[in-house]
Amino acid sequence: MSGADNPSPLATKVDAGAARKAGPVTETPLLAIRDLVVAFQADGHETVAVRNVSFTILEGQTVALVGESGSGKSTTAAAINRLLAENGRIMGGTVLFEGRDLARASQRELMKVRGAGIGLVPQDPSSNLNPVIRIGDQIAEVLIAHGRAKGKAAKLRAIELLEMVGITDAARRYRQYPHEFSGGMRQRVLIAIGLACRPKLLIADEPTSALDVTVQRTVLDQLDELTRQMGTAVLLITHNLALAAERADQILVMNRGEIVEAGNTREILENPQHEYTRKLLEAAPSLASASTAHQVVANNTARGSSAQAGGVGVAVPADGPSATGSLPPAGVRGDDLVVVKDLTKIFNSRGVGGKVFTAVDGVSFSIPRGQTVSLVGESGSGKSTTANLILGLETVSAGSIAFDGTQLTTLRRRELFRLRRRMQPVFQNPYASLDPRFTIEDTITEPFRVHNLGTPASRRESVRTLLDQVALPSTVAKRLPHELSGGQRQRVAIARALALSPELVVLDEAVSALDVLVQAQILELLAGLQRDLGLSYLFISHDLAVVRMISHSLHVMQAGRIVESGTPGEIFRNPQVEYTKELLAAIPGAGLSAVSAMGSAE
Amino acid sequence: MIGYTVRRLLQVIPVFLGTTFLIFTVVFALPGDPIDAMGGGRQHVSESVKNELRQRYNLEDPIVVQYGKYMVNLAQGDLGQDFQGREVSSIIAKNWPTSIALGLTAWVIQILIGIPLGIWAALRRGRLPDKFVAVLTTLAFAVPVFVVGYVAQILLGVEWGWFPVAGVKAGWPTAFILPASVLAIMGLAATARLTRTSLIENLNTDYVRTATAKGISRSRVVMNHALRNSLIPVVTFLGIEFGALMGGAIIIEGIFNLPGLGNEIFKAIGAQNGPTVVGISTLLVIVFLLVNLIVDLLYAYLDPRIRHA
Repeated sequence: MSGADNPSPLATKVDAGAARKAGPVTETPLLAIRDLVVAFQADGHETVAVRNVSFTILEGQTVALVGESGSGKSTTAAAINRLLAENGRIMGGTVLFEGRDLARASQRELMKVRGAGIGLVPQDPSSNLNPVIRIGDQIAEVLIAHGRAKGKAAKLRAIELLEMVGITDAARRYRQYPHEFSGGMRQRVLIAIGLACRPKLLIADEPTSALDVTVQRTVLDQLDELTRQMGTAVLLITHNLALAAERADQILVMNRGEIVEAGNTREILENPQHEYTRKLLEAAPSLASASTAHQVVANNTARGSSAQAGGVGVAVPADGPSATGSLPPAGVRGDDLVVVKDLTKIFNSRGVGGKVFTAVDGVSFSIPRGQTVSLVGESGSGKSTTANLILGLETVSAGSIAFDGTQLTTLRRRELFRLRRRMQPVFQNPYASLDPRFTIEDTITEPFRVHNLGTPASRRESVRTLLDQVALPSTVAKRLPHELSGGQRQRVAIARALALSPELVVLDEAVSALDVLVQAQILELLAGLQRDLGLSYLFISHDLAVVRMISHSLHVMQAGRIVESGTPGEIFRNPQVEYTKELLAAIPGAGLSAVSAMGSAE
Repeated sequence: MIGYTVRRLLQVIPVFLGTTFLIFTVVFALPGDPIDAMGGGRQHVSESVKNELRQRYNLEDPIVVQYGKYMVNLAQGDLGQDFQGREVSSIIAKNWPTSIALGLTAWVIQILIGIPLGIWAALRRGRLPDKFVAVLTTLAFAVPVFVVGYVAQILLGVEWGWFPVAGVKAGWPTAFILPASVLAIMGLAATARLTRTSLIENLNTDYVRTATAKGISRSRVVMNHALRNSLIPVVTFLGIEFGALMGGAIIIEGIFNLPGLGNEIFKAIGAQNGPTVVGISTLLVIVFLLVNLIVDLLYAYLDPRIRHA
């Protein structure tokens, strides 16, 4: 069944999901999109980004639009309140909102609908607030624009809104600027802006993908709570199927500009019809992680074992410490490549005050050869600083790091330079970590040039081998980064890291910026490389679901300290510390696997 | 904010000492004896008079000592005398008002025309107004200032008689409009371009899109959200431009025969009149540093992120 051809079932299947919302449910849809076509003009070419998309949203309903980047989900959302980029155009179809076709509405009409009828919560809290205008004024502005309040009253209402989205000390916060707010707080402010006029519909475009998991959860809970109170319908745009499943009554799956599947959330989870939906479900780390974790980890010993049947809940207990213990390739077991002891890093903030900040506080752990050790925690927990200390990118304040028996902290610059060959990093953002003016070959051979290794011919040969190792065709060698996709770029970054045959690869949020399907592929690649080359990984991530798939052991960090350590099996089954429990509960879909397990038990 | 101001003030000191010392060295370390030059190259001034003069102007001392003595005097507000025995401070007092009037007028023209022109082009990007502004500003950069100056003088001054041809007899603003306009052209074009680029960049930001999603009018989105951010680099440029314009304009003052600092410093350089050159330059350095300080404080006002850093 394809939703694009046959959108009508959506409207009929609504009742089960809509029951979750308190708002009144009427039969006329709040928003009805029919045959929407959106195209972008670039270099004289017209590219169709959204093709014949049709769906409806009833009052008070939450509908999730799920797909990878480039699937057209954000474009669809932008077309609704006509916020397409300058070169984008609606080529056909209608967007009926409360009976008015927004696709043909005048700017004046749109102005009245935007903010008042349709609220927007945009994606990136760091770029969506004006840096030079006070937070409160940015909220009050919506109220004033739609005549809801003026002057003093607008200010008081804005303070109320700040309190409503859970910002304490709102009266003082009103006068602050965006840079004085954390990411989570900024996102709350954006929610306050989106809901200020109590709109009928809220478009939430990846509202939390830039936030930490625990913050993500509280922000989404807040959003749920408020929209329920106000009876606001929500169009939730997300790449995260688990998150969509948890929050939405209806799910629309988009791929290449078309809706490939649409239906009730539960039906889609339990009985996906389209092949693409099934792929997404399999790749989603948190939804299917128990089984895929098994697969990926099991890849070390028995690669390519087919997907296990069985309920989601059942697989977890099988993943015991004894199983992980047998994973590393024989012959290298029990030998620690890196031993970190009481590692501490203190930053002095500049200025007369001289405040000190302890980023890493007495951290000890070791990385056995051929294994993956993960550091998990929210931003600011010190995990990336720890990685930088091991890589020698920051100076150690106290404690020691031994790499293959050598103390790193006392090394001279020259000796450290030689040691660097043996540990290589892969960073989060494959767009920023590759030099845009270097060809892929230049990028991969740079480590050879830096360390003065090989001849031009041997380097070119190495590039071919390395590209082959990361499963890229050798033709990409002459290309520039902008010609590659995000996943391909991350493969290039991995190839560069492998160039010097390191023993340790530090993966700092290396898959966090990638779409789920690509993420799964990269994780598989990493597991394969570890098995073939005997690499040790230090894997830094905020995403417990991903960590579970790749690690042999993991350490949970909070405020610069390791608060809990163990194998993924131990920690997922029986977390000891409150913070770990919070992190686990915050994984989107965590509660859902229980539901679907129950469902399959029925 | 206070901490920022103090830090910024302290930074001024080494910059001031560095630049003035550089100017001092360049002027007084030049080959050729200024005292010999005073005699017009002829040898009818006696050695004893020359020595006496060298003594008076500390020319026998090593350059560092000369500089030190100069700074001590400067601290007491004494800019010294030129080689003709005139007080440098009175030379400045006589010529500077003309330069200030000329520079300020030019600066205001740059703001009043350059910024709106840039906004116009940005809002009509890729369309006729944008192209028109692009052509206009390219012309402004391409045609040398003396060409524009002479053409304007001949057409507007001599042929049509709209403005005085030269001199300051007519007073402000009549006598200054034409030379100030010509002086403003280059900076005006730069202001327009900078405003355009900066505004276009800001119109494409997420927060402008979010502001549009609030349902506020286009003009408010542009004025309140995009423009305020766009003006930050423009303010920097205009600040530096202000400092530069205060220093007089050698070519324009020459063409329109305005008795300003540019004219004076030009003559002084020709005559190797070191004290005048150093005096005027030092004054301009001070003005420039002060203007930069004000710009930085203004910058902090426009951008709260700097204020709190």
